[in-house]
Amino acid sequence: MMRALLLKGALMGASMTLLLAAPTMAADGDLAAGPGQDVVAANCGACHTTDYIRMNSRFLSPETWKAEVTKMRTAFGAPIDDAVAAEITQYLIAQYGAKP
Amino acid sequence: MRRRDVLTGLGAVAASGTTALAADKQAWMSPHLADGTREVATMGKVPGKQGLIQLTDRPPNYETPIEAFRTAITPNDRFFVRYHLSGIPTMEDLKTWSLTIGGDAAEKPIKLTLPDLRTFKQVEITAVCQCSGNRRGLFEPHVPGVEWGYGAMGNAVWRGVRLKDVLARAGVKPGAIEVWLAGADTAPNPATPLFHKSIPLKVALSDDVLIATAMNGQPLPLLNGFPARLIVPGWTATYWMKHLNAIQISSKPLTNFWIQKAYRVPARLFPVDVPFESQQDANTWPITEMVVNSVIAEPVDGAKAPKAGFTVRGVAWDRGHGIKAVEVTLDGGKTWKPAVLGQDMGKYAFRAFSLASGALPPGPCDISARAVSNTGEAQAVTLVRNPAGYQNNVPQTLTVMVA
Ligand code: HEC
Repeated sequence: MMRALLLKGALMGASMTLLLAAPTMAADGDLAAGPGQDVVAANCGACHTTDYIRMNSRFLSPETWKAEVTKMRTAFGAPIDDAVAAEITQYLIAQYGAKP
Repeated sequence: MRRRDVLTGLGAVAASGTTALAADKQAWMSPHLADGTREVATMGKVPGKQGLIQLTDRPPNYETPIEAFRTAITPNDRFFVRYHLSGIPTMEDLKTWSLTIGGDAAEKPIKLTLPDLRTFKQVEITAVCQCSGNRRGLFEPHVPGVEWGYGAMGNAVWRGVRLKDVLARAGVKPGAIEVWLAGADTAPNPATPLFHKSIPLKVALSDDVLIATAMNGQPLPLLNGFPARLIVPGWTATYWMKHLNAIQISSKPLTNFWIQKAYRVPARLFPVDVPFESQQDANTWPITEMVVNSVIAEPVDGAKAPKAGFTVRGVAWDRGHGIKAVEVTLDGGKTWKPAVLGQDMGKYAFRAFSLASGALPPGPCDISARAVSNTGEAQAVTLVRNPAGYQNNVPQTLTVMVA
């Protein structure tokens, strides 16, 4: 019920942004287990849920996942350094990439 | 909290686990969507709306289930929801809403409240609001983005004031080329570009472009842009700015990610009457006018159908020339029959169509529909590929089992 209630609460007056960013909204709840899961959960759920990742699976090539992570940094301002970006990209390719 | 727990309307199925859930989804999700898309999608509920297909809840992206297109007007409580950025204003925030009109090519900046807007001439227009990426999820091969099925669109009666009347109040200086648009939604990270867009002055001055404050006779629902959104009939929804709160009349092209990098298509790929010249470059143009298209809302893919026959029902639309004809096949494209067109609600509206099948032999029946506009534009035979997955107007195909 958590999501539905939060959304409802937001519409009743309080700021939706704050409520949706609350820790009860575990953004990584559904990410596949594997090396890098924690880094992805920590960096890819701030602006949108990590459902954006799952929704885009499993069809992106390694290059496209790399380009998506770059886009999040350069176009949208995700504060991620090169090393973390590389780790995230590896996870996305392994867990959510197109099957070779 | 597990995702399954938040399902509404599917409670019984949810309890019995993923396999049953997947089976149930057959009824409202195309099998052509990617597996991951089908996994994240749920029949979701936002306040004030009936069940919509939830793709993501932050930001909220919800599509209209296909059966809602059995009627040519899409009810407000079934109208799709699409946000890029998750900082959405609340009803409380919007109590102090006002609209400013300024910019370097405005004579004098003005500020309008809702009561001020009511002093302008009120106009009504019925028009399709369709996301540029509607049916992106059905691109083969798939491309990244919000993986919409058929329902990122709706048709409503919009009521409000002409943008050109509001611009005239501020005064348009010679040299104006674009009208820049901003809404009240914000990005959680200040480094993310705000969702601002622009339209050519020529479009802004057309009689059909409105600042709407009502939709189907009601105030706009919050998540459809309360209290005012721009209506750009014939153009994709990316220009239909929600919670519209600032307009600039400008002598320069808008520069930002959302207009220069996103929402672009290869130059000349799709027909347009009014090119957005100030935003075109050698290789790409902004996506602007929609393409002719249709959707079958009844029967649904995979349904059982009686031998005595059934009625195929759906809607067709285009970029504002109106629908000339819709044809339906019941034999996988071997033969096509003209459908009966419903009421004409204007050139920007959904046009309902229907076809009574008559008695049919038992077995699978492969159904499809194809629309033609009054200028002779037809739906694509094969997908017109473009990197961002826009303007998918390949005829939908579905199969029912006649028994
Ligand atoms: C600073 C904000 C921000 C962060 C952090 C962020 N994103 Fe995004 N992301 C966005 C925005 C904005 C969009 C566009 C949303 C829309 O159009 O609905 C987006 C869209 C996406 C999409 C859909 C495809 C597309 O390009 O539009 C994917 C996939 C995605 N993000 C993955 C990620 C991954 C992986 C991470 C972690 C490396 C991440 N995001 C972190 C802002 C962010």
